[in-house]
Amino acid sequence: MPGRHPPVISREIPPDLQIRIVVAVAVAYLAFSLVGVRLWYLQLERGAEMRSLSEHNRIRLVRLPGSRGVVYDRHGDILIDNRPSFDVVFVPEDTRDRRKTLQNLAHYLGDTEPSIHQAVRAPSKRPPYEGIVLRRDVDWEGVVALETHQLDLPGVSLQVVPRRFYPYGPLAAHLLGYVGEVNEGELRDGVSSYRLGDLAGKAGLEKSWDNDLHGTAGGEEVEVDALGRRVRVLQQVPDMPGNTLTLTLDRDLQETAENALGTSDGAIVALDPRNGEVLVMVSHPAYDANIFARGIRRDEWRALVQDPKHPLNNRAVQGQFPPGSTFKIAVAAAALERGVATPSTSVSCSGGIPFGNHFFRCWRKGGHGTVSFHTAIVQSCDVFFYTMGQRLGVDPIAEYARRLGLGLPTGIGLEHEKTGTIPDTQWKRRRFDQPWFSGETLSVAIGQGYVTATPLQMANFVATVANGGTRYRPRYLKRIDAPDGTNRTETAPEILGQADLKASTLAQLHSAMRDVVMNDSGTGKKARVVGIEVAGKTGTSQVVTMGQDRERSNKGAEATRDHAWFIAFAPVEAPEIAIACIVEHAGGGGGAIAAPIVQQILAHYFSRSQGPPAAPPQQAAAPGRETPHAF
Amino acid sequence: MRFDRRLITHFEWLLPLLVLAVCVLGTMTVYSATQATGEHGPSTLTTRQGFWLGAGCLGMFAVLLFDYRRLEPVALLVYLVVLVGVIAVPFIGRIGGGSRRWIPLGPLSLQPSEFMKLALVLALAGHFSRTRPGPLGLREAIVPLVLMAIPAAAILAQPDLGSAAIVGIVAFTMLLVGGVRLRWFAALGAPVIVLAPIMWRHLKAYQQRRILTFLNPDMDPLGAGYHVIQSKIAVGSGMLWGKGFLQGTQNHLNFLPEQHTDFIFSVFAEEWGFVGTMVLMTLYLAIILRCLLIASHARDRFGVLLVLGMAGIIFWQAVINVGMTTGLMPVVGIPLPFFSYGGSSLLCLLVGTGLAMNVSMRRYYF
Repeated sequence: MPGRHPPVISREIPPDLQIRIVVAVAVAYLAFSLVGVRLWYLQLERGAEMRSLSEHNRIRLVRLPGSRGVVYDRHGDILIDNRPSFDVVFVPEDTRDRRKTLQNLAHYLGDTEPSIHQAVRAPSKRPPYEGIVLRRDVDWEGVVALETHQLDLPGVSLQVVPRRFYPYGPLAAHLLGYVGEVNEGELRDGVSSYRLGDLAGKAGLEKSWDNDLHGTAGGEEVEVDALGRRVRVLQQVPDMPGNTLTLTLDRDLQETAENALGTSDGAIVALDPRNGEVLVMVSHPAYDANIFARGIRRDEWRALVQDPKHPLNNRAVQGQFPPGSTFKIAVAAAALERGVATPSTSVSCSGGIPFGNHFFRCWRKGGHGTVSFHTAIVQSCDVFFYTMGQRLGVDPIAEYARRLGLGLPTGIGLEHEKTGTIPDTQWKRRRFDQPWFSGETLSVAIGQGYVTATPLQMANFVATVANGGTRYRPRYLKRIDAPDGTNRTETAPEILGQADLKASTLAQLHSAMRDVVMNDSGTGKKARVVGIEVAGKTGTSQVVTMGQDRERSNKGAEATRDHAWFIAFAPVEAPEIAIACIVEHAGGGGGAIAAPIVQQILAHYFSRSQGPPAAPPQQAAAPGRETPHAF
Repeated sequence: MRFDRRLITHFEWLLPLLVLAVCVLGTMTVYSATQATGEHGPSTLTTRQGFWLGAGCLGMFAVLLFDYRRLEPVALLVYLVVLVGVIAVPFIGRIGGGSRRWIPLGPLSLQPSEFMKLALVLALAGHFSRTRPGPLGLREAIVPLVLMAIPAAAILAQPDLGSAAIVGIVAFTMLLVGGVRLRWFAALGAPVIVLAPIMWRHLKAYQQRRILTFLNPDMDPLGAGYHVIQSKIAVGSGMLWGKGFLQGTQNHLNFLPEQHTDFIFSVFAEEWGFVGTMVLMTLYLAIILRCLLIASHARDRFGVLLVLGMAGIIFWQAVINVGMTTGLMPVVGIPLPFFSYGGSSLLCLLVGTGLAMNVSMRRYYF
């Protein structure tokens, strides 16, 4: 043997090699025979049948989008449902004369041709023989017209798909949200199993809980005839509906709140202070989510987006407003805790105090005279709180405001939640690179200046004061159920923090807030409910700069008018509901405008719990003279 | 290296001729299959396939120039280099068809999982050539199983179920035909075979679907069924004589997602009919039988296992691919050897063919 020897390696041939190779040969013959038989079967035995199937490509794949989960309120009322709707689907390959077919279709639907042509052209990457959805949710007449004239419409078919349905229209629209077609960006994420044309949650809980709500798509393999009509179903993968959500929301109370706010712009949030459950969340102006479910038209969308009042925004979590005098509760808490005020502290109010080169006015031009801590809250004396602000400085105020949940996200789990602003010296330096001026503290002390909060924050704020200082995460979801009922997840109250206020402080605040409503000199006496001890605080936050004549601005253009606030909880001894209500540009004070709205909600709430829910809400007439400007 | 006249007299003619016949049919079908897809154009992909065919032929003849036994000491090294490539794919790889399988290399992109098939065959053949003579027991099978499991897991994670499956099946084939006692297979395989279906049955339908789609994202359960139906229609509609070259209707409508790679057989079957598919199947069978014959005459264990491994790669990929396109097996991404579009696969298969020829030509050396 020539050449160098390769390294020594075992030359031993595996034992029984020949036998094993014979077996391998046999296996190879067997496998290829099997394949050969299969080919004989497909190509010869069933060849003719397959040939005819291939000629018209008769097998189609129809996707069955899983229906989205149903959403209930806390008492089992359906807030979001599904209803069947008919979509017009067009397979261009099934028609010889596409123009003629579309012409006919436009005629039967009473639609304009260009819009139909546009829909056909839209999808760029479409597998052949897959339908294009031309129109969603055709009305009954359209369905009948298409069914009758099927022969004029080769390639056009109707597909039944579940469509989102909001039985109460705009009720709680912002919390519930809406659905829309998934966009390319969402598809690219690749997270979900969505396909182009599917509907996905776009806002509110439809979006936040989309993963639970959206079902799993199934599909059908159908054989169609030459006109694209289905002949039979060859194979089916059933779709799975999404999970059912039960909310903490109280549909009945929500309706009362929506009606009480009426056509005014603003927001109302009601919480259960014992656990953070959201009972009511109103934001006005609202919209009807049903127009999204059926596929919103371009002009409708434009109208919503361009509306200067931003109806799509959820004011309850996105609107940031100066809290005005409602903020005095946080200042009062800070004053008591820091010892700059005691229940016996009193301040003389002569209608305002000078500070620097500015005169800070009290809302009551003549002044309140000598006011105690208690009276200062009951009558909302600005001068008292200017004084408290001076004594405290801004940082302690900010600290207690944060302990009570202001300036922080509430963690409710809704998109675009805003945190509001609780200013302090650090914030000022960071934001403007400027030191804090003590004059600004005076504005902060009455909830003006840089201070802003969302209605949800204010509701959680008053709930925290009501329950003795425990800050819960606001929760609108009570329970998730699997569609087959096998799996149930209950949400639990979650404590985010403790305000750590002394019992005496809380008692002082509760007693003063009670008298805001229950005392005849209180600014919030329009919130009285017969038989129930209600506590609250009014607020009127200025939109225009301090010092301008409020009378005049409130008669002027709407955008310069004040916002009216009322925050409340009841019953005082054992609070079970806490409410924040803001009416934007109300042109009046919190006591005059917002307190009566809260009164209606409370009256309805307690009329139900004390008797049959059907009982009409008691209209409690507030005794005493009406104050033209109650704050 | 001196050249031996015996290399000429014993030159292996049959195997390369059979293989090249399949390659030519494959390239033609790639041309037909890509004719309809506007995306790359027929010429680009066919030219690229032609380039790889040429490169593969060069590789095939290049590996004839040295005694295959010289590969034995470097087999493990080759394996490790390819393994690094396989593991690097998730980090530097290029995404295609829902998973990351390719490593870009200048104008080309390589698919390390294809190279892994050949590298594993080399590594296992090398390993067995060093084991003690006599029948092989369980202990000799542990190292090969580890050598197989690491790349298989890495490929599975890409995720590429098809290639991972082939790596596993080929390794088992080599163990089985190469001499590990049958009873160990029974001992290892029995519990798996018994337990797997039981566990599978206990899973809920959506869980099964989830596992399947996790392993193989191409396999949208319904979509895959649809593709199989379309593929079966394409194959069947070829009937006896086929619709003729470039005359297939099914493939030109883009019903098949991978019509120039995994589903290429249905394009061929549609255009060439039963006659064509029989010719192709006969070519594959002849290639396998020729490899088995070479293995039975090889002079050492390394050569035997090298050729058996190659035969395994060709056999299983061909049978599974055709089984899948004709609806006999579930859809997994496995190319048809020498036939599907894909440079890495073609290059490796041709180099592997060269190695088998090498073993055949040097069978009289002692």
